[in-house]
Amino acid sequence: MSGATALLQVENLVTRFNGHGSAVTAVDGVSFDIRPGEIFGLVGESGCGKSATCRSLIRLFGGAATEVAGGKILFDGIDLASLDDRGMEDVRGARIAMIFQDPMTALNPTMRIGDQIMEGLRRHRGLGRRAAREEAVRLLSSVGVTSPESRLGAYPHHFSGGMRQRVLIAIALACRPQLLIADEPTTALDVTIQDQILKLILRLRDETGMSVLMVTHDLGVVAQTCDRVAVMYAGRIAEMGETPQIFRRPAHPYTRALLDALPAHAGRGAKLKPIGGEPPNLAAPPPGCRFHPRCPHAADKCKQRLPELEMIEPGHGSACLRVKELGL
Amino acid sequence: MSLISTETRARFRRNRSLQIGLLLLLLLLVLTFIGPLLLSADPLAVDFGQSLIPPGIDHWFGTDDLGRDVFARVVTAAKVDLQIAIMCVLLPFLIGSAVGLVSGYIGGKTDIVLMRLVDILWAFPFYVLVIAIVGSLGPSIANMYLAFTLVAWISFARIVRGEVLLVKRMEYVQAAKVLGYSHLRIILRHVLPNAITPAIVFMMADVVLTILAVTALGFLGLGIQPPTPEWGVMISEGRNFIFDGWWGSLFPGLAIVYVGITFALLGDGLDDFLRPKA
Repeated sequence: MSGATALLQVENLVTRFNGHGSAVTAVDGVSFDIRPGEIFGLVGESGCGKSATCRSLIRLFGGAATEVAGGKILFDGIDLASLDDRGMEDVRGARIAMIFQDPMTALNPTMRIGDQIMEGLRRHRGLGRRAAREEAVRLLSSVGVTSPESRLGAYPHHFSGGMRQRVLIAIALACRPQLLIADEPTTALDVTIQDQILKLILRLRDETGMSVLMVTHDLGVVAQTCDRVAVMYAGRIAEMGETPQIFRRPAHPYTRALLDALPAHAGRGAKLKPIGGEPPNLAAPPPGCRFHPRCPHAADKCKQRLPELEMIEPGHGSACLRVKELGL
Repeated sequence: MSLISTETRARFRRNRSLQIGLLLLLLLLVLTFIGPLLLSADPLAVDFGQSLIPPGIDHWFGTDDLGRDVFARVVTAAKVDLQIAIMCVLLPFLIGSAVGLVSGYIGGKTDIVLMRLVDILWAFPFYVLVIAIVGSLGPSIANMYLAFTLVAWISFARIVRGEVLLVKRMEYVQAAKVLGYSHLRIILRHVLPNAITPAIVFMMADVVLTILAVTALGFLGLGIQPPTPEWGVMISEGRNFIFDGWWGSLFPGLAIVYVGITFALLGDGLDDFLRPKA
């Protein structure tokens, strides 16, 4: 695709959780790229590997025996997969930042807000106390925290969920990262706050020119924010394209099923269509196309061949063997 | 913002256990450090003419079989007992917490090796190990420190490790990693402060247990040696005259109870006070 201009280029990423005796391949041959200033969505059900994908990029695995087993992660010319821990520490925070799903637990309860923001400024940007303090105030006001000066001394438990997410965004942006990974940033927030936070992310993208990898299970969030989107199913990308392409012409039965399950798409008075069955067990995925046990259009070849992502129009790919016959 | 926030002060005002505990501790410290200066009687002065006098105006807690003033001895003993108890808790607290922190944070093989070591030590009864170590090295204060440290760190290691396992999965620790902080910084600033509270609370309870253990060693003749006043030794010596002079054992016993209540209240109060709020 546009490999030359991409900020982040992921090729054939494979991530495994090694359990006792069994290995689960959470991410199985995922490729995508993110351009500078772009908001790229990664959407799918729980357990489809979207979080594992973005955590693989910065090698953030919560102590589990997880490894990036294959593939290339090119970030601004550096191969992240081959960096040692030291090199990774310099990339994290400074060039790639991340915000988390649950703002209630993502701030250290024993440190003042100001200290938590200033910590990164001093570590990565080498600012002195005074300069870091001024910068912290500026950051807090840029994420819409009112009277930031007086909030520096507050502890996280003084803040509501929406406010905490703003603080977390301020911390993430402290070092002007080129890429912000947002792992379900609004899932734990109520809808009005969700809208504010998404608008904030859009505004900050416009102001700073950073790229955003937006991980979500919410197609509404995708529609509101993302320029391009990849739909993941069972550790693989089912469909990828520009957001309008995906919504106007979903070219994979799974994407289609997801959209049919949305109230706005089904139309007034129509019944929502849930997707039958359950996502497959990734320790023993079904042969062939992983969606075939739940797919209404599954044919014999779907049970045998693993489909690759193929372009059906410029910038729009689908991993369905029958995409042409079905006229999706 | 003032040094102590109004919220912290409000939390303190509501915390009755902590207030009473601190009050008792203050009284205890005053008696321990100022008390001996005000005593008229010499805790070591033997006077057979004055033996086994019941509590009264001249001798508030009476005198023992050798005619020594029991009040003077109880007050003097406080310093020795407290000093030993605190050292015997502080050293294991520091060592155990460090081990638990490292074990829980690094995990993997390090964790397995350290925790199996803890399991092995755990299999021996506390008193048996302490008595065995002091008994074989000979009774002295240094050997008591050594014995308690060798035996008691495992509780702290287990407590802190368990907390660290919880804390390190919290998103703020993950977030600290994403921000590119070094392991040392993450351990000291993000894990330790959130994992140490249960160990501090346990430390208060452990002071009580340790005082009992120290006095038990004194009672067995393995701790502080006579004639140095020590509560366990005093109870042990008074036992022989329990029917003629009950005061010889009762008052050092009450002193132990007092210290026990003080630290139990402190532990309870600190538990509420230090628990980080969500």
